Amino acid sequence: MITTLQVGSYTLKSRLLVGTGKYKDLAETGEAIAASGADVVTMAVRRTNLGQNPNEPNLLDVISPSQYTLLPNTAGCHTAEDAVRTCRLARELLDGHNLVKLEVISKSRTLYPDVVETLAAAKTLVAEGFEVMVYTSDDPLIAIELERIGCVAVMPLGAPIGSGLGLQNPYNIREILDQLSVPVIVDAGVGTASDATVAMELGCEGVLMNTAIAEAKDPVKMAHAMKLAIESGRLAFEAGRMPRKRYADASSPETGLIE
Amino acid sequence: MKLKVNGNEEVVDVSTLADYLALCGLLGKRIAVEHNGEIVPKSAFGATQLEDGDALEIVHAIGGG
Repeated sequence: MITTLQVGSYTLKSRLLVGTGKYKDLAETGEAIAASGADVVTMAVRRTNLGQNPNEPNLLDVISPSQYTLLPNTAGCHTAEDAVRTCRLARELLDGHNLVKLEVISKSRTLYPDVVETLAAAKTLVAEGFEVMVYTSDDPLIAIELERIGCVAVMPLGAPIGSGLGLQNPYNIREILDQLSVPVIVDAGVGTASDATVAMELGCEGVLMNTAIAEAKDPVKMAHAMKLAIESGRLAFEAGRMPRKRYADASSPETGLIE
Repeated sequence: MKLKVNGNEEVVDVSTLADYLALCGLLGKRIAVEHNGEIVPKSAFGATQLEDGDALEIVHAIGGG
């Protein structure tokens, strides 16, 4: 069957990693995450609204840290300093859990990763003992540098965050896969099941997605579709596809025909 | 005393961080706190004295990708 995915000190059964943003409510979040079969579930860290009812349900009530591997992100951080502070708060919030998703995003409409700040934050976080899964551009040189710094997984975008455009530069992703030893996980850009399969057939170790599931008409059904897509893509990669040929090659024997 | 909590000024009458969190109904909730830029472990809430002008960041987990 499908091989497990090793990310730093974590052994994961599922190669689908999912986000918890953009769902209509916490009940739908919980149901979709369960249908996805994911082990790793991302979450954001935000200021507590002090005017709010402190007894209202919390994300961690639905996505239990004992059931899932939580992956706090640094979404919304535009500087290395803010990203590092957010990770320290997340580690405290999750009782010393040190796996984080580092993302430092530019203030542009592309939401492209700011790789200069990302590299600086990665160095600090690795030195502080965090296991860093890092969101980055599909630039192979930056990916190599992030691995050299000590990140446990490098996560290039397939397309801009929330765009659903699918893998826009499979050649760069392929090049990153050839160059790195740590897991390469496509993060962002997947729109539908076939996009996820394409990433897995290329040899990616996993795919992280949020919007493709949360903004589907039926998020729970799409979560299931993505689970199957990731498994199919991985199995096909491990099985090894047939070579492409320019002309037909008959499937039935061409001898022993009746006359 | 005056505190700056999550960017907003508040005037409160408390002595420790645990007092302040209890006042907000947040003691025992899944939160993390930064006091003047430094993380405060949950075990140290009671021992952390607040002073006039201190800054707190109080965060929790929400949905995100």
